[in-house]
Amino acid sequence: MKRRDFIEKTAASTAILGLGLSLSSFTAEDVKQITILHTNDVHSHIDPFPSDDPRNPNMGGVARRAALIETIRHDAENVLLLDAGDIFQGTPYFNYYGGELEFKLMSMMKYDLSTIGNHDFDNGIPGLYAQMPHAKFDFISANYDFKNTLMDGLVKPYKIFVKNGVKIGVFGLGVKLDGLVDKKMYEETVYNDPVEVSQDMVRILKHEQKCALVICLSHLGYEYKNDKDMICDLKLATLTQDIDLIIGGHTHTFLDKPTVVKNLVGNEVLVNQVGCYGINLGRIDFFFDTNKNKVSSGKSIIV
Amino acid sequence: MVNLKKYNDVLKLFVIFLTLFLISSCSQKVLQLNTIKGEQLAVTEDAVTPDTKALVAGIEEYITPYRNRINNDLDSVLAVCPITLDKKAVNMQSTLGNLMADVVLQYGSTVFEKRENKYIDICLLNNGGIRAILPKGNVTARNGFEIMPFENSLVVIALRGAQIQELINYFISERSAHPLSGLTFTIKKDKSADNILIQGKPLILDKLYYVGTNDYLANGGDNMNFFKKGEQTYDLDYKLRNILIDYFKAVDTVTAKQDSRIIVE
Repeated sequence: MKRRDFIEKTAASTAILGLGLSLSSFTAEDVKQITILHTNDVHSHIDPFPSDDPRNPNMGGVARRAALIETIRHDAENVLLLDAGDIFQGTPYFNYYGGELEFKLMSMMKYDLSTIGNHDFDNGIPGLYAQMPHAKFDFISANYDFKNTLMDGLVKPYKIFVKNGVKIGVFGLGVKLDGLVDKKMYEETVYNDPVEVSQDMVRILKHEQKCALVICLSHLGYEYKNDKDMICDLKLATLTQDIDLIIGGHTHTFLDKPTVVKNLVGNEVLVNQVGCYGINLGRIDFFFDTNKNKVSSGKSIIV
Repeated sequence: MVNLKKYNDVLKLFVIFLTLFLISSCSQKVLQLNTIKGEQLAVTEDAVTPDTKALVAGIEEYITPYRNRINNDLDSVLAVCPITLDKKAVNMQSTLGNLMADVVLQYGSTVFEKRENKYIDICLLNNGGIRAILPKGNVTARNGFEIMPFENSLVVIALRGAQIQELINYFISERSAHPLSGLTFTIKKDKSADNILIQGKPLILDKLYYVGTNDYLANGGDNMNFFKKGEQTYDLDYKLRNILIDYFKAVDTVTAKQDSRIIVE
């Protein structure tokens, strides 16, 4: 009733009010939420830690992780589920089944992507290749060149997803293999410089493919305090631009919250890692809008 | 009058607004990143809700046959251990370290003989590579996995006697009970080695000796740089854990002794 009274006052007010209403409803419809869920270094930890474990009693477990993911998917429509590598090695499940169960369970949880960690070479290239039929998700690595191995064609540099009209580009990075993995395990896999490769990836994903969101799925490691020259996620963030989020692994780093780093041009990048062994699940939500009244490019990061 | 002027202004503004709005409606929508939220969720039993109970039960059921096979296998009794063996260092050696080094030398040498018609003279492993104790009682393959969770495999390196001397010097200066077999010596008060015997025979500096170790140490791990001076390396593709489990399967009773392979004066 109040509204009708008001409309009757002047035509212009009516028009403005009408416009205002349509604008606000327009905005409400167009807030797009993209939810990124991630794990790293799960290392074949399928069962929860036992209750008498000195470090992580009753933590982790694939079935509980699946429940957590399912609950999130129930509320959030546009979810990407990613793993930053080292799926293999750490419990007899790997020694007995070579990673088959790990891949099958990740497929059941509807993982979208994983990158390749150094321990994923632990049964050699043929060992990894043999498990590929069990993975219903894709593998990405932009700086490992598998051309002269059995894995040729099975690992793409990046993958693009379109979720609710938002284009999301995810590219993968792997750690330097020489000195870390036995050459007889990685064979002719070529490691390329992560920074140069990232610049290429960003050019493709941000500028050619016009992705609204660029994510780096990395197994480089969060930080190396004793080896400042070694490339890590924090360094990669400062040396590149147009990456929105770096999801890391390898160093089994437990963070209180995602780290916010300034990139090459002073924009903010999120770097995150969630420890290891499936103890935690990382969640990053991106909210996009098209509200033309707020043309400033400022974004708020709540961590 | 005043009211009319205001009305005109509003109308003018409205026309401008409408024009802008139409233009912006026609142009392609540009997505703007507004907010990012980050959080970490602990995976605990609290994650299981009434809605996800069935899902959890389904996954557990899927895992069960895989788990049962491992448990049956790992928990079947292979041997008996009369006393608890551990890494506790007495005279720079430990009961579990001695067992590891003796078994690796014995089993490795058998493979080395078949492959190369040669024998392993010395075995040197790293104390850090032993990750659990071997408790008194029944011994299972699970003990093997706990003691040796890593996938390290046996490597034999041909070293001259001079490098064996370096190995001994390293051993003395590190003061760590690295598992050692095939080599005995006395550490004198001045920290020099005396009465060095390899397979019971005195050390000859220019003689070639075959030293069994793991691939981690062979590649310079734990700063065992003398291994890098090896004249030949033989990769036996035999995991140390499997050596240990094969030994458990072969014997009824595990025997490890604290002997005088190293005497500290």
